[in-house]
Amino acid sequence: MFDFLTRLFSKEESSRQRAKDRLRLVLVQDRAIISPNLMEQMRVELLDVVSKYMEIDERNLEFNLERDDEAIALVASIPIRRLKRPGPGSLQ
Amino acid sequence: MPGKVIVITSGKGGVGKTTATANIGTALALLGHKVCLVDADIGLRNLDVVMGLENRIVYDLVEVIEGACKLRSALIKDKRTDNLYLLPAAQTREKDAISPEQMKALTQELVQEFEYVLMDSPAGIEHGFRNAIAGADEAIIVTTPEVSAVRDADRIIGLLEAYELYEPKLVINRIRPDMIKRGDMMNIQDVREILAIPLLGVIPDDQTIVVATNKGEPAIFNPKSKAGMAYKNIARRVKGEDVPFMALEQNGLVDKFKRMIPLPFSRRNSN
Repeated sequence: MFDFLTRLFSKEESSRQRAKDRLRLVLVQDRAIISPNLMEQMRVELLDVVSKYMEIDERNLEFNLERDDEAIALVASIPIRRLKRPGPGSLQ
Repeated sequence: MPGKVIVITSGKGGVGKTTATANIGTALALLGHKVCLVDADIGLRNLDVVMGLENRIVYDLVEVIEGACKLRSALIKDKRTDNLYLLPAAQTREKDAISPEQMKALTQELVQEFEYVLMDSPAGIEHGFRNAIAGADEAIIVTTPEVSAVRDADRIIGLLEAYELYEPKLVINRIRPDMIKRGDMMNIQDVREILAIPLLGVIPDDQTIVVATNKGEPAIFNPKSKAGMAYKNIARRVKGEDVPFMALEQNGLVDKFKRMIPLPFSRRNSN
């Protein structure tokens, strides 16, 4: 009961809440881990699709996962040399 | 009808996988089912000592897989419970002595004979873990209300999905109601919120588990053991029965009082 009263009048955060907050943060990062193999596979497939429609500059390509404390984003910057003109049957 | 293979896993070591396997398996056998416990922790076998069967081992899992003996001759019949058998791990071999394919073939043989095959997984996420989950139909994840154990459990949930084992069930072990009451331990709801998988059971931190392991006799045989009682309930839920959860977090006077006035330390609950 004494313990309870000291807590009542102190502003100290419970260790339970600390545990929960820390876990949440660390899991946001853990869950975003993608293996380099998978990243590469995704990059190749994405380029495949884009190159069907545009001629792209592969050397200056950027393809990264970016994260801050709360969220994760897949950021791709794909420089385009020129658009392909859809000829007959070119989209098959 | 072939039986079910259930892997008991955790990621982190020391959270109670082996104790859970021994107790849930024994409880299922006492409910009249034919059960086989498989120790998949090759090189670090322990299920035999928890069951008190360490003196009866003749052959092991690796010898069965390598064809050095028949499956039947490696199975050890439990000394207390009918319908309960143990397939011990090899102690002097490496984890890569067997492959996931071989493990899968073994479980397929076991389910012809047994209604439940409980696979005690090693800690970690490497070869031994992949062997343990290879033939599994379902998974039970054991964790404790600690940051490290919950984090590893989350990782395991992701890995199980990658191996097409969906909807694992959660067992939260070593709950201390007194600490939860003081706000010094994550409560059941906290852990459930974070892991977001169905809850199969909650086990209180209980000294009778230590005594049971000392004796090599699963705690469910001790009628005074609260942990044993919780494991019995879990076994019935594994069977598909709807069993209410034990009240571990008592709603005492203090809790009622707490709900009436907003405490400084509960302000952050809203996120």
